[in-house]
Amino acid sequence: MIAEFGLAALWLAAALAALQLLAGAMSLTGKGEAFAGIVRPVAVVQGLLCAVAFASLIVLFCQTDLSVKLVAMNSHSAKPFIYKFAGTWGNHEGSMLLWVAVMSLSGGFLALVERRLPERTMLATLAGQAFVSLGFYAFLLISSNPFERLPEPAKEGVGLNPLLQDMGLAFHPPTLYLGYVGLSVAFSFAIGALVTREVGPAFARAMRPWVLGAWIFLTLGITAGSYWAYYELGWGGWWFWDPVENASLMPWLAATALLHSVSVLAARNALRAWTIMLGVVAFSMSMVGTFLVRSGILTSVHAFAVDPERGSFILALLAINIGGALTLFAIRAATVTEGERFAVTSREGALVFNNVMLSAILGIVLFGTLYPLLAEAMGAKVSVGPPYFNPMGALFAVPMLLVMAVGPLLRWRNDRFSRIRRVVLIPAAVVVIVAIGLAIWTRLHVLPFIGLALAGGLAVASLLPLRGRKLSRAPLATWGMVLAHFGIAVSLFGMASESAFSTERLVAVNLGESTKVGPWNIRLNAIQSVAGPNWTALEADLTGRYRDGTAIVIKPQARSFWSPPQQTSESALVTRWNGQLYAVLGDEAEDGRWQLRLWWKPFVPLIWLGGVLIGLGGLLAMIGRVASDIRRIVARDKIAFRRERQGR
Amino acid sequence: VIRPKHQRLVLLVIALVVLIAAGLLAAWALRSQASYFYVPSDILADPPEAGRAVRLGGMVEKGSLKTQPDGVTLAFVVGDGKARVPVRFRGIAPSLFVEGSGVVAEGRMEGATFVADNLLAKHDENYVPRELKDMDQHQVKQVVAETQ
Repeated sequence: MIAEFGLAALWLAAALAALQLLAGAMSLTGKGEAFAGIVRPVAVVQGLLCAVAFASLIVLFCQTDLSVKLVAMNSHSAKPFIYKFAGTWGNHEGSMLLWVAVMSLSGGFLALVERRLPERTMLATLAGQAFVSLGFYAFLLISSNPFERLPEPAKEGVGLNPLLQDMGLAFHPPTLYLGYVGLSVAFSFAIGALVTREVGPAFARAMRPWVLGAWIFLTLGITAGSYWAYYELGWGGWWFWDPVENASLMPWLAATALLHSVSVLAARNALRAWTIMLGVVAFSMSMVGTFLVRSGILTSVHAFAVDPERGSFILALLAINIGGALTLFAIRAATVTEGERFAVTSREGALVFNNVMLSAILGIVLFGTLYPLLAEAMGAKVSVGPPYFNPMGALFAVPMLLVMAVGPLLRWRNDRFSRIRRVVLIPAAVVVIVAIGLAIWTRLHVLPFIGLALAGGLAVASLLPLRGRKLSRAPLATWGMVLAHFGIAVSLFGMASESAFSTERLVAVNLGESTKVGPWNIRLNAIQSVAGPNWTALEADLTGRYRDGTAIVIKPQARSFWSPPQQTSESALVTRWNGQLYAVLGDEAEDGRWQLRLWWKPFVPLIWLGGVLIGLGGLLAMIGRVASDIRRIVARDKIAFRRERQGR
Repeated sequence: VIRPKHQRLVLLVIALVVLIAAGLLAAWALRSQASYFYVPSDILADPPEAGRAVRLGGMVEKGSLKTQPDGVTLAFVVGDGKARVPVRFRGIAPSLFVEGSGVVAEGRMEGATFVADNLLAKHDENYVPRELKDMDQHQVKQVVAETQ
């Protein structure tokens, strides 16, 4: 019953999306202005219906309704409740329904609150949003119906991939999807602006909160995903350049560029066509990512069951949406009038540089991710990994970070570098001192060396925009920028430190025997069996001492799940202020010794702490921007009200 | 002094140059850094240069798997029915890594031995290394019969 209810809500939502598209398009032609009034209400109702459909699926998963095929294939009655709930989106159909629900709810929210733009631009935007949603509705309803019933209810469910049975599943995919799909609003705004040619600061101010919001969620989602992969896979790494990781990085790079160019458009009315272009590119990258993940065309730990029909469907959607948007851009971009001028050495100039570098990195990641497909078409099987991505990414990231240190100090429109030369000397000195220290005391590879030196300078430079200001008077948006840039320095330091100073120990030890990793002394006391709700495990009882400190108990496990039957390694982590100890239990050798894999990773948690700081910086900026937008609207309304009264 | 009108052009040219340079560099780096997939007979016919990162896929020969005295180094032979390559791996093997099943090893040739940094075994029905899946169609059946 609930399944049919959910399916009906989904069909109805799809029908309303079609209506929204038609009504929006008709009202723009000038003949059907009568339709203009229904577009906003339809968008709101469509969002609510889609939310109802998604809620129905959640209920089915929480009840473990085994007459529904999707539940039977992906859930199990003995699974802990939280994974039943989060398992709703731990599969292809459920995750696509989440995608569509977020997309239509964003559209509904946009229709409800955004009143600043010319109504024609809004109608075109909402029609664009409906058009994109419609494609994904069709995809769900035709090739991935989540509510399909089984002819006979299954006796028991197949279960959820044990790698996904983790708290990370409750947080990481929804966050990332809010980011991916939040960008669809920026995409629709770009379409709307291209249709009505109304690009300017007001448009940028309307678009900015959506870009910021999506970017914050992407940042936090990527950070959470990286930490999840780090502790769940048991490989000790935090980024593998896996196609799915790249699929989340590419929209983030585009959104970061868009975030900066939309600020230029809002403040200075420049970079008009470029901002529109980035709006199109950012969501296109989200769709490319979905295509790569959902089609299973590339090998990945993240790929759910593969189905070629779905791959072709998403590819068709991709071609229609991106092709259509780029065609519209090609036709209309020339008619978007030229924005304000600016000099090369100016805040705008620095932001353009940042945009170009981000685009270059985006291109490099995209190229590297797709290269195995190109090579396969030519008959060679290849995979592309860190030896390509790390140096190539760094080549463009380093100049970008250098300009990031200086850019916020420059004035808008026109400035001289000589004006800020003295201030820039401080971070430059930090870089030089750190570099000399590292060169004397350590033998490092090039990339970690550059990373450590740069991180120190960046941390100092990121605080410079606050100098000479009364801190309590600095705008929230400035604090946000400072915090986000500081977060980048923190994260960079963590990455460089992990790569430079990690020590690894791989040994087979007897019970009672000790081993060393970095400053740690680890003793294997016992191996015991433990059981969870749907798994049993071998657990190592280790005691670790940092130098001669107190003993800490560390318990890594090798878990065996029984539905589906699969083994996972649960690493154990000990976090100190200066790093993390990472322990993995391996197999028992024939002579009774146990394999242990241990890492000491100095300052590795800073990678994710930096990610959180970047996200928080975005949040501060968003609060600051939205608050000042609201003040501006209130002030305008007050003036209008007074005028009206005086007129009387 | 650069005129404002020209400055716009300067920015555009710089942007284009950087993006084209990125594309060319990426193409060059991909040619030299991409890791190719080999089956044992490829390695015998045309071995990759020493030290170059490649992947080796095939079946783990029955009776070939030995743990070295240190307890953490595995030695085994990967075969494809036509050729055999000895493999050395230091680390914790994935749980589904057993004799007689398929494996993809990431690593490099050192002399006649393939030194693996990482092993990918068949995880479950949802995750099969792509190369092994292709082998299922063309080769694996005969390969299994011939290797065992």
